[in-house]
Amino acid sequence: MVDALAPFVTTVTPWIGHVMSLILLLPVASFLILVVFGKKMGERSSYVAISAVAASFLLSIIAVLFVMGGGRAELSFTWLSVGDFHPTFGLLLDPLSAMMLIVVTLVSMLVQIFSVGYMHGDKRIGWFFACLSMFTASMLLVVYSPNFAETYIAWEGVGVFSYLLIGFWFEKRSASQAAKKAFMVTRVGDLGFAIGLILLYVVAGTLDMNKIFGMDLQAPLAALIAILIFCGAVGKSAQFPLHVWLPDAMEGPTPVSALIHAATMVAAGVYLVARSYPLFEMGPVSLEVVAIIGTITAFIAASIALTATDIKRVLAYSTVSQLGYMMMGLGVGAFAAGMFHLFTHAFFKALLFLGAGSVIHAVHSQEIHDMGGLGPRMKITSLTFIIGGLALAGVPPFSGFWSKDEILLGAYTSGHTAIFWVGILTALLTAFYTFRLIFIVFFGKPRGHHVDHVHESPPVMSVPLIILGTLALVAGMVGSPYLGHFFQVFITNSHEVEHANMFVMGLSIAVAITGIFAAWLKYGTRLLPSGVISKDNPIYKLLVNKYYFDELYYYVLIKPTHAIAKYVLSFDQKIIDGAVNGVAWVSTKVGSGLRQIQTGYVQNYALYMLAGLIVLIIWSFKILGVY
Amino acid sequence: MSLESIPLSYYLILSAILFGIGLAGVLLRKNAVTILLSVEIMLNAANLNLVAFSRYITPAAASGQIFALFVMAIAAAEVAVGLALVLTIYRNVKSVNLDEFNLFKW
Repeated sequence: MVDALAPFVTTVTPWIGHVMSLILLLPVASFLILVVFGKKMGERSSYVAISAVAASFLLSIIAVLFVMGGGRAELSFTWLSVGDFHPTFGLLLDPLSAMMLIVVTLVSMLVQIFSVGYMHGDKRIGWFFACLSMFTASMLLVVYSPNFAETYIAWEGVGVFSYLLIGFWFEKRSASQAAKKAFMVTRVGDLGFAIGLILLYVVAGTLDMNKIFGMDLQAPLAALIAILIFCGAVGKSAQFPLHVWLPDAMEGPTPVSALIHAATMVAAGVYLVARSYPLFEMGPVSLEVVAIIGTITAFIAASIALTATDIKRVLAYSTVSQLGYMMMGLGVGAFAAGMFHLFTHAFFKALLFLGAGSVIHAVHSQEIHDMGGLGPRMKITSLTFIIGGLALAGVPPFSGFWSKDEILLGAYTSGHTAIFWVGILTALLTAFYTFRLIFIVFFGKPRGHHVDHVHESPPVMSVPLIILGTLALVAGMVGSPYLGHFFQVFITNSHEVEHANMFVMGLSIAVAITGIFAAWLKYGTRLLPSGVISKDNPIYKLLVNKYYFDELYYYVLIKPTHAIAKYVLSFDQKIIDGAVNGVAWVSTKVGSGLRQIQTGYVQNYALYMLAGLIVLIIWSFKILGVY
Repeated sequence: MSLESIPLSYYLILSAILFGIGLAGVLLRKNAVTILLSVEIMLNAANLNLVAFSRYITPAAASGQIFALFVMAIAAAEVAVGLALVLTIYRNVKSVNLDEFNLFKW
């Protein structure tokens, strides 16, 4: 037993194994400390959580340097041993996981630093940092996992802690509802994921990724399993048709939104598809499904973002849309481009959310029509927000441009013409809604009564913004042609990279500029009258109501479920409860009859004893045959 | 006329009568002290039985007599406990009438 439990390091010197475990275990340790002492420590909880994640981040850099030097490591131990069933757990360090380690720990660290300012004075701050730590740890385990069973466990861990964080202000009914919605909607996808894993285990006899990817499964079977696994990714990464939870998840504290939207949770779905990519390649149909779902998601979410008026919801829909892009990239075969977009998006989306958090912190409102003219009053926030916006809109040389362009290029060169054009259209919408937000919030005249005493956020909030702003500016360079597509070579470990296509690049720059220009015309200059689109326009109504997805789910799923539940309840109350009450009633009646025997007179009991004794004597005489 | 000229059955009949008297006392009398006395009669009826059987059936071994001595000792102890109980009950209920001791009643 001891032998089976002892961890062993394969193919590497032991020190990297310690580094790998520490990256994961430090946030777990922080969680355990804060669960016990968080209440007592109050605001000081942040020191524990931030130092843990910062140490993880530094160790992640070591891990990445190790991988860059050509190193690979797998740490594994037998989890349990029952008959022929020996599932192993482990930590896998390869270029893909190394890249994610950096993104997760870096973004998580910056978000936690930002939270010190944003959550200042909250009465459950210890618990908040405990959850952030464990959320990060769960995501790190998803990233590390070389085994689908382990992935699934970590995956659920991410789900649980996202539930706790989204519903952190559970006193607010809408927050607790949003947390439940997020959890249940992602469960729908997880159900498919679980079925896929069971099927995979039946077919392959193992859930170890290395062994499975080395197998030669039949294409239709592989496609079925891959699509079922993709269901899980659809739920977690908020893809159409399960995207409805993510905008509601904005009820959580803004740093949580930043973390969920940038590096954890939603990225988990994309990462899962990337990690299981060999399986998807065995059944190429599944990749088409991924591409189509991704494209639909990207377009639908971008169009909804056009009409949203809550600053965080606009960003939420833009996240959904960008995740659609990533799936699109993976689906059309541009694997490295999809991951590259995940990488750049993590920084500029975390930046945008934290910027929004800074704005909300100052204005005490999330409605963009309560804002306006914030630019001169919040210089750091607005400047970094605009950098993030430019990255999101895909303007060169900001990071989002390089990755989005790569995805569109992938769609173009792989012959997915329809997907390519929808992608271009979505890029136009993206640029438009992003700058609609920027022009309304940071330019023009102040609106609302809070604006007059607005001031810049404290350094603990603005420094993470500056760091992320720098990253949003330069992170794209690592995958650009100027650095020889370093990122793509690193991830795929091959030097075959797509060469830039001037047509695609030019088109993508053109739509980004057009979108920004249109937003400037409409919201920046007020040259266009505000009533260009009437409130009764059917398309406007469709977008404002988010394509009626929530209503659809309400009538198709929730109402019938309630009806069935009511019916089942009546069965429970009448038949089940009736049976239980019946048993109790019979017992009561029998008892009240029998208790008459208990007279309380000692002599009666003596008489009973005598009667019993006589019976026994007669009976024993009969048995002995005395007469 | 020696003791042996009386047949064993006489002793047994006497013992049965004593036992019946004692049992009747236990079941029918209300006074707790009387009941304790009745229990003593029953015990002595049993003692008589033991001694008679010992004398008539296994005269060589005195086991029945010794048994009877044990029973007497235990009876004495039992009476001590019984009387203590009765006294305690009397202090609480101011009565030795068993009909009034009905705390066990439903």
